[in-house]
Amino acid sequence: MEVAINATNGSMFDRQPDLYGPPVAPRRKGDGMSTATLPDDPHLKARFGELKPALTSQAAVIEADRCLNCFDAPCTAACPTHIDVPGFIKRIASGNLRGSAVRILDANILGASCARVCPVDVLCEGACVLLRQNHKPIQIALLQRHAMDAFWASGETPPAKVATKKKLRVACVGGGPASLACAAELRRAGAWAAVIERRELPGGLNTYGVAEYKLRAADSVREVEMIRQLGVEFRCGMEVNSAAALEALEAEFDFVFLGLGLGAMQRLNVPGEDTRGVMNALELIAAYKTGHVRELHGTVVVVGAGNTAIDAANAARRLGADTVYMLYRRSEQEMSAFDFEFEHAKQEGVLFLWRRLPVAIRPEAHGRLQLETVQVRQADGKLEVIPDSEVTIDCDLIVPAIGQSPLTELLQKLRSVEVRDGRIVADRETGQTGNARYFAGGDCVNGGREVVDAVAGGKRAAIAMLKFAEVAHA
Amino acid sequence: MPDIGVRNFAGKINCPNPFWLASAPPTNTGEMIMRAFDAGWGGAVWKTIGEPVVNVSSRYSATDWNGQRIMGFNNIELISDRTVEQNLSEMAEVKRRYPKNAVIASLMVASNREAWHEIVTRAEDAGADGLELNFGCPHGMSERGMGSAVGQVPEYAEMITAWVKEKARTPVLVKLTPNISDIRTVARAAKRGGADGLSAINTINSITGIDLDTLVPRPNVDGKSSHGGYCGPAVKPIAMNMVQQIMADPEAALPFSGIGGIGSWRDAAEFMLLGCGTVQVCTAVMHYGYRIVEDMADGLDNWMREKGFKTIDDFRGLSVNRVTEWKHLNLNFKIVARIDEQKCIGCDLCHIACWDGAHQCIHLDRVSGPIDGHVELHRTPAAEQAESLAAIAETPVTRKEREAAFAHGPYPTPLARIPRVDETECVGCNLCSCVCPVEGCITMVRVDKDVPPESWEQRTKGAACAAPTSGD
Repeated sequence: MEVAINATNGSMFDRQPDLYGPPVAPRRKGDGMSTATLPDDPHLKARFGELKPALTSQAAVIEADRCLNCFDAPCTAACPTHIDVPGFIKRIASGNLRGSAVRILDANILGASCARVCPVDVLCEGACVLLRQNHKPIQIALLQRHAMDAFWASGETPPAKVATKKKLRVACVGGGPASLACAAELRRAGAWAAVIERRELPGGLNTYGVAEYKLRAADSVREVEMIRQLGVEFRCGMEVNSAAALEALEAEFDFVFLGLGLGAMQRLNVPGEDTRGVMNALELIAAYKTGHVRELHGTVVVVGAGNTAIDAANAARRLGADTVYMLYRRSEQEMSAFDFEFEHAKQEGVLFLWRRLPVAIRPEAHGRLQLETVQVRQADGKLEVIPDSEVTIDCDLIVPAIGQSPLTELLQKLRSVEVRDGRIVADRETGQTGNARYFAGGDCVNGGREVVDAVAGGKRAAIAMLKFAEVAHA
Repeated sequence: MPDIGVRNFAGKINCPNPFWLASAPPTNTGEMIMRAFDAGWGGAVWKTIGEPVVNVSSRYSATDWNGQRIMGFNNIELISDRTVEQNLSEMAEVKRRYPKNAVIASLMVASNREAWHEIVTRAEDAGADGLELNFGCPHGMSERGMGSAVGQVPEYAEMITAWVKEKARTPVLVKLTPNISDIRTVARAAKRGGADGLSAINTINSITGIDLDTLVPRPNVDGKSSHGGYCGPAVKPIAMNMVQQIMADPEAALPFSGIGGIGSWRDAAEFMLLGCGTVQVCTAVMHYGYRIVEDMADGLDNWMREKGFKTIDDFRGLSVNRVTEWKHLNLNFKIVARIDEQKCIGCDLCHIACWDGAHQCIHLDRVSGPIDGHVELHRTPAAEQAESLAAIAETPVTRKEREAAFAHGPYPTPLARIPRVDETECVGCNLCSCVCPVEGCITMVRVDKDVPPESWEQRTKGAACAAPTSGD
C-alpha cells in the first residue's frame, strides 16, 4: 500500500508506516531471503541515484597506481575491520580483481556495503599519508566499491574456506551487520551459525536504514544472500523477546551473540507528538526504501542534527518536499553529523534552524501541522529558553531524529548480562558479557557507531568464541 | 644567453641545436622531417636507406609501468620500405628548403665495397650533411648479414667503415649496437676504419611481454613474434653506461651522438656530460610528437644559464672522468641517512625497505625508545604489523573523538610512524632515500670527519693477494 503525503490532501496517512513491519510476504521455508518485498521502483531509482559515480576500470587502475603501498598502512590500522587496503588496491592495479575482492571479504564480509556507507573521511581516507603530501588521499572507498562491483558482476562466490567442521553452534540474535559478520566469521571457520531476525529481511539498518543513494536495500539483501551461501542459517520473522525464547536458544546453541542494535527512536516528549504526521527518521527512511512513502510535499521539519537526521532531511527533499528544515537545539559547531554529511545536506537544499527547540505540535486543518518552537541559549552548560522567542512553523511532516533509545525490554531479561546506560557491557577484545555464554557487539554495545564498527565487533566476538570452543574441546 | 648551436660536429656538421631525430619512423619521409624542423629539431637522421624492405603488421609493443605508458618500447620494423630514389629526391628537397638543419643519411647495404661506394655517393649528391652507417639494427636485417651482423664483428665494421671513407666527402658516423659483450671493441674498430664520429646505442634485443590470454609474445604477427629492438626511457641507463665506456677509452672516443631513452633536456644534458655533442630522439617523439623539442631546447638553455655554461662544449664530457673503476673509490667515505621529521608523511616504506632489502637500521621505535645497534632486539616488521591488526580501532563519531584522532603533537605525522635511523648501523646505501616518496625528506649526510681517503687498491697494495678486509 502506498502512502502519498500531500499537503492538499485531507487523508494524509491511511496507514502509519511501521518500521518493524514493512509489507510481509509469506515466508517460504528454505527460501533464504527474498527481495520480493523490496520495490523495483523506477521513481525511487530516479530520485535516489548513486551519490558518487563508480570508477571506470581505467580510472580505478590509475588511482590504484597512485597508492604508495605503505608499510603497516595507516588506512588499514584506521579501519575497524583492518581491511588490507594497500593489498586490495595493488591487486586492482595488477588486474587481479577477484583477489582484490577476496582480500576485502577476508577482513570484512560486508566490504561491499562498507565501501558505500563508511565515513571514510574519518577512517581509512582520513588516515592516508598522501593527505600530508599533496592533500589528495587515495579514493579508497571508490576502489573498494570497484573491486566489489566487479566481484558481483563476475557472479563469483567468496571462497568457502570452511576447513574442518567444528561442533560449535552459535545463535546470532539480530540480523544487522554485527550478527552477519559474526555468523560469517564463524561459518568460514567451520562452525554453525544461525542469524535470528524479527523482520522479514535481514541486514538491519543496512537494509532498512541507510539512505538509498548510498546503499540500496536490494544491495544489502544481496550481500546477506552471499552470507547465506556460505552456509549461515537465517531465521527471519522470529522474535526473541522472552526469557523462554532465550532459554530455547541456550538449549540449542553453545553461545548466543547479541547483535541487537538499538531500539526505536527517541521521542521528543512534547505535547501532540502522537499526532498523525509525525514520523521518526528511521520510519521515514524505511518507509521510502520499501515503497510505503513515495512522495512528499510542502514543508518538512526534521528535529536533530545527526547523520540519520541528515539522511531523513535529504530524503524529504528528494521525495519532493518544497522546504525542509533541520531544527537543532545547539549550534552548527556542536552538531554530531560528519562535516561531509552537513555539506551534502546544504547541497540538497536543506535549511538549518540552530538553537531552536520544539515545544508542542498541533494538528491543523487538512492534515497540516503547527510546530511550536523556541530559541535557546547555552547558560552554565544548560540550555535556557530565550523569552518571547516563540516561532510557529506551519508544516506537513515532523521527523524526530534525536537518536535511538536502548532496547531495554529484552536486555532486562538477559540474566547476568550487565547493562549500563542502556548498553550491554562486554569485553572490548572478545565481546564476552558477564554471562560467559553470551557475547555482544555492534550498536547494543557501543551505543551506536558505524556499520564497520558493528562488523568489527561481530568478527572479534566470533574469533573469541572459536578460541573458547577450541579450549573447551581440547 | 647560452648558445646551444652545434658547429663542425664530427668535422663539418652544423645545426641550430643538438637535438636530432634518430633514424626511425619519425624520419620516414621528407614531409615528416620538414615538419620536425618547423617544430624546432636541429637535425634528423633519415630512416635507414637501402634496398627497400617489406615490413610486417604489427610492428611495435611496449612495456608499461605503474600506470605509465611506454616505459620501454620495442619494434620489429626494418629499414625504409621506400626506394632509394624516393628517399634521396626528398632529401634533396629538404636540404634545399632547410639549409641550416642537419640532414644525416643513415645507410645500410649489402656488405660489398661497390654497393657502399654507390650509396655513399648518391646520398652525398642528394645533399646529406653526414652519413650514419647502420651497424646496429638487431632484428631482421641482421639475418641478411647486415645491421648488427656487421656491428657485432669488429673486423667487418672496420672494413666497411674504411670502404665508406674511401668515397665519403662528409663526416661518417658509425651507429653501434649494444647487443655485444663489450661495445668498445666495435667503437675502436670504427675509429681504426677512419670514422669521424659514433652514435649509440641502437636498440637492445628484447621480448617486451607475452599476452596472457593468447600466450603469444608481443608484437603478435599472426600468432608469432620475433626478437625486437628495445628502446625508450627504460634503456637510458644502459645507453649511458656504454657511452661513458667509449668516451673514457682513448682508442674508441670520437665525436659522439648519444641515443637511448632521451626524452627531455635533462636526459640530453646527462648524455652531453658523458661527452655527446648531439643527442638523438625517437621513442619520446613517437609517444608525444615533434613538439617535445620545445621544452628540450628551452630547458637546456635555462639549465646552462643557471650553471653559467655559454656553449655545450663548456660542459660536454665533464662527468666522463667521474666514473672510475670500483677499486679507486674511497672506502673511508661515509654517509648516513637522515629523516626530516617535519617532512615525513609516515608511509614507512624506508623502514620496510631497510629491513627487507638492506641492513635493518631504520626502526619504528621513537615512541617505545630507541635501541641502537642490535637488530635482534628490535621487533620485526611482521610483529609490528601483527600488533596493528590486533589493535581495536573505532570510528571517531563524536566531534571530540575526531579531534583526538587527527591531532598528533609537534609533527605532521604521528611520532610512532616517523622512522628513526640507527646511524651506528647505517651503511649509507641510499636505498631509503630511493624509496622515500617525499622530496628532501631523507638526505644522505656525510659523517667521515677527518679520515684520509683510502681506496681498495691502496688498502690492499703490497698484500700477496687481495684479501677482504675485516670490515671494521
